[in-house]
Amino acid sequence: MGVFTDKSLTEILTEFPEMSRTDLRDFKKGIDESFKVFTREWGVGIEDFFEPLLRVLVWFEKLVVATPWPLMIVILGALVYAGARTWGLVVGTVLTLLVVGYLGMWEDMMFTLALISVSTALCIIIGIPLGILMSKSDRTQAVITPVLDIMQTIPSFVYLIPILMLLGIGKVPGLIAVCIYAIPPVVRLTNLGIRLVDKDVLEAADAFGASPRQKLWTVQMPLALPNIFAGVNQTIMMALAMVVVAALIGVNGLGSEVLKAVNNQYLALGLMNGLAIVAIAIVFDRVSQKFGKRLQKHSEVIHG
Amino acid sequence: MADNSIDVRGLYKIFGANGKKYVEAVQNGMSKDELNAKHGHVLGLKDINIHMPQAKIQVIMGLSGSGKSTLIRHINRLIEPTVGEVIYQGEDVCKMSESDLREFRRHKTAMVFQKFALLPHRTVITNALYGLELQGIGNADAEERARHWLKRVGLDGYEDRYPNELSGGMQQRVGLARALTNDADILLMDEAFSALDPLIRTDMQTILLELQEELHKTIVFITHDLDEALRLGDRIAILRDGAVIQQGTGQEIVLNPADAYISDFVKEVNRGRVIRVDTIMESGTNGSASVAIPSGSRLEDAAKLLSDSGEASANIVDGEGASIGSISMKSTIEAMVTPAKH
Repeated sequence: MGVFTDKSLTEILTEFPEMSRTDLRDFKKGIDESFKVFTREWGVGIEDFFEPLLRVLVWFEKLVVATPWPLMIVILGALVYAGARTWGLVVGTVLTLLVVGYLGMWEDMMFTLALISVSTALCIIIGIPLGILMSKSDRTQAVITPVLDIMQTIPSFVYLIPILMLLGIGKVPGLIAVCIYAIPPVVRLTNLGIRLVDKDVLEAADAFGASPRQKLWTVQMPLALPNIFAGVNQTIMMALAMVVVAALIGVNGLGSEVLKAVNNQYLALGLMNGLAIVAIAIVFDRVSQKFGKRLQKHSEVIHG
Repeated sequence: MADNSIDVRGLYKIFGANGKKYVEAVQNGMSKDELNAKHGHVLGLKDINIHMPQAKIQVIMGLSGSGKSTLIRHINRLIEPTVGEVIYQGEDVCKMSESDLREFRRHKTAMVFQKFALLPHRTVITNALYGLELQGIGNADAEERARHWLKRVGLDGYEDRYPNELSGGMQQRVGLARALTNDADILLMDEAFSALDPLIRTDMQTILLELQEELHKTIVFITHDLDEALRLGDRIAILRDGAVIQQGTGQEIVLNPADAYISDFVKEVNRGRVIRVDTIMESGTNGSASVAIPSGSRLEDAAKLLSDSGEASANIVDGEGASIGSISMKSTIEAMVTPAKH
């Protein structure tokens, strides 16, 4: 009953019964220390683990930067046509590239394109199998869903801290930060897409003796593809949104220019690079949406 | 030739978390409603025993909720039975290992579904060869076989269309072609024609009967339509609340309905299309009759032959042309009219 004798009622109600300062300090310190120990023990190993990723990213960056700009425009135009099959988008893309290049942002744009391409590829390679796994059992789904929720809602600066402690400043930590933020949509929509596949069609596959693997590749994946592609589209958009944050830990490109503009209050520089990111986003979005629509072509003609 | 008949023995299906526990209660007479109210389990099938003869069409008939779709899914074990056996060529389908079951489904059975269940992202021909693809049969061979069966069901020229471009009747032809391409001995048809317009349904029935004349598959056909059952079924089993309440040939069921429920069903039936002359013929040859009607003819056809000839009676002849009995116009018409007691 000591509590009530030492303090008045108002004090009890107005002051939150928090942990004592020393305990709290020790608690935080304990976490920091143990993570530092983990970093010392495993930092090098983890860095080695990501070495191949770094090489791929650096190689790809060099490739797109070294490619002569006219060739690059032709390649990108061809990719847009292959994906969207509309000339309007090709023209729009080429014009965008020309304007951005003319305004002095060609090389930065190439760096950003390389980062987005590699991180999207990484998200797809990890995300789709994860989504498939998730669709197979409700328990896996129950475990992964909250993790994805956290990844999407936690302020990105928070996970930058451990990433920086482990890997320091550089391209790989930037790439990982982008992927943490951008991977949830592709995982979620792969899972959703597979779960939404018509039960009748699945039953037919069963009735004809499809093995689980055959069912996955002949029924579930093809029918989930439009949804999976919507997920990829979202992943690309979210990766682009992370470009500036990635610049904070040493990834160069349009994002680092924006960062420079923020630090020095260069309005024009910030606007130009920001709008260049928007332009890339629009191109990616339109192309992937058109591509996604084409995947659903078989369901368009409905007999009356 | 291997025996392709199917024997369903003592089959029970109780839906719910712990179905096995209540089998005994159901055997001791617990009703479907009681089981549901007391234990929250649903009685799907109750003590099903049907011998499905080889090379014949076995129809399972019942209204919705009678368990007919559940029953057909036990034959290829899309649904696990609670207890019971499904015997095919001496083996119990319900005890097969997963890989044996897959082989059984791939090679011995093919299924046609009420809602077609075609693969919407594949063309007609790649739908038709789906079963062969799962068996690992090469594309060229599979395509040739699929093309053959698509032609047989009248889909020549539609090979590269997508299912959504076709009408319901044509989609179900694809479903039928897919099942036939599989070249399996057992054909399972789950309300295969129920979703089609009446005229198209009759067309499809005709196609099925024509194909069956040369294929001699063991066909299990589910329907809620008595006319369809009588037209297609060599044997019919009628299901109600998960139990078989009568089985036999169409004629047996129409002439001797087991209870009021079935007689209610059969009173609207066109008896002339179901009852055979053999059932009503009198023994002995009628010397004055000049018309000969083949044994096994339906009353409707006999009546037409009689009225066309203008005669009052006819002899029934067997395959060799020997007379085995006689009928009169009067007895034929009497038998075609639904008796008052029904």
